Amino acid sequence: MNESRTFSQVFTASLETGAAWLLALLWVSPLVYAFWAAFHPGEYAVNFDLLAPLTLANFREALSQAPFPRYALNTFILVTTILTAQLVLCTLAAYAFARYRFRGHQVAFALVLVQLMITPEILIVENYVTLARFHLVDTILGIGLPYMASAFGIFLLRQAFKSTPKELEEAARLEGCGTLGVLWRVYVPLARPTYLAYGLVSISHHWNNFLWPLIVTNSVETRPLTVGLGIFGAPESGVNWSIISAATLISVAPLLIAFLLFQRQFVQSFMYAGIK
Amino acid sequence: MKTRLSRHVQGWLLLMPAAILLIAFTHYPTVATVIDSMFSKGTAIRPSRFVGALNYERMLDDPIFWKVLANNAWFALGTIPTSIALAIVMALLVNRSIPGRAMVRMAYFTPTILPMIAVANIWLFFYTPDIGLIDQIATSLGFSGHNWLGDPATVLPAIMVMTIWKEAGFFMIFYLAAMQNIPPELKEASQLEGAGRWYYFRRVMFPLLMPTTLFVLINAVLNSFKLVDHLFVLTKGGPDNASNLLLYYIFETAFSYFETHFAAALTVVLLVLLGIMALLQFFILDKRVHYR
Repeated sequence: MNESRTFSQVFTASLETGAAWLLALLWVSPLVYAFWAAFHPGEYAVNFDLLAPLTLANFREALSQAPFPRYALNTFILVTTILTAQLVLCTLAAYAFARYRFRGHQVAFALVLVQLMITPEILIVENYVTLARFHLVDTILGIGLPYMASAFGIFLLRQAFKSTPKELEEAARLEGCGTLGVLWRVYVPLARPTYLAYGLVSISHHWNNFLWPLIVTNSVETRPLTVGLGIFGAPESGVNWSIISAATLISVAPLLIAFLLFQRQFVQSFMYAGIK
Repeated sequence: MKTRLSRHVQGWLLLMPAAILLIAFTHYPTVATVIDSMFSKGTAIRPSRFVGALNYERMLDDPIFWKVLANNAWFALGTIPTSIALAIVMALLVNRSIPGRAMVRMAYFTPTILPMIAVANIWLFFYTPDIGLIDQIATSLGFSGHNWLGDPATVLPAIMVMTIWKEAGFFMIFYLAAMQNIPPELKEASQLEGAGRWYYFRRVMFPLLMPTTLFVLINAVLNSFKLVDHLFVLTKGGPDNASNLLLYYIFETAFSYFETHFAAALTVVLLVLLGIMALLQFFILDKRVHYR
């Protein structure tokens, strides 16, 4: 009796393990396929011969057809510009909301939270007009500007700052720190996990963002990877799948590698940022 | 008194840089959208003028508007429940110690960090008629090929499958976090009472996961309105608007047909929908989901 129950338990457990692995295989298969197509000559795109010759020709061809290194540089500049500005602006604003009972702070906070719902992507028409007015169309700054004051960042950092003991601030003030000194020496170091989580979420979001950069950019000097990739594979023009796959991998490689290396931090950041 | 006043000033000064940008790119454009939606398209000889609800009347008479709205609803209905169910299954599968758990979890999560545009590029090849992967496999098994993205009947479901693939792993991590917070005593207690695993899931675990489900639900609905990147690669909203979504239609109206005032009216609809979501979240869900 007891024996057979253990057997059935073992049986269900291995069944579930099998199911987990099967689903995992199914889930990575589109990506694995992209790798297959990218590293094999075009005629093997749907011919899964394990002995098919490996090649880098598709990558060479993709790189010769579009300036992906330049796009990658643009994306890198874009992501760092946005993140740097976000960290500074959100830190200051979050500190104001966490520690200052200034007049109108509740209304102001509610107005900040509006951006959680109405993200800049929704207001593409008016925001484009604004950029045009300031001659910022087709600039990397123009892509980044609407995202620099991030309600999400302000919210997360405000939570972190609120949980910092007030006594630490008072002690720092007694030591002669000014407002910014307190912020820099006390609050920012203690909120490091929040900064890491927010930073990773921000980087992956803006690395992958497409619609707004597509609207703002129209030259090689400003176009980020996603937009470059989006206009690369025009499916009408006798496409070569292997080359498109190679281009796709080039575009996702930096973030994918970063993810594989820092998997734990990525997953925890997304979780942490979502739960707050 | 002086110090109190200076604290008010300091607070506002700290907030100022973020406030300026928020006003410039969130509040001002929101108001400007509403105003613009009540004006006519200006031309060289006839400047833009106030037309009241004319753009809205045109919108209500526009079959494409109703089409994209219905598509948005179908898209949400087709992707969200399935993604959530899959996310729960994935979380259950990796919430135990199984061999290679980290690998399995990573496999589920990886689509989340890929840009939608890259995902669409990969899946486009699966769906392409004749030379695409699905058709190649189908024909080799003796079935006839099908133009998945070219047929109005299958284009939206095809995109839904791709979206589910992209999103389920993202939702999984929230369920995983929630499951790890469920006290193990509950499971032991229910086992002592002789409850089966399904019973435990249905009566104990699932209700405890409710806050997570509602959180994920809200985010998924918001995403279903905001995420249109894949349409640029896969279908451009076609065939015959069968896969068009509201935000993509706004983009087309403003940047392909240059009907910015009509696009403003469409944007107002999107804003109202998002506003309703915000109110729902704030007033109903926040009160109901917290277990005390």
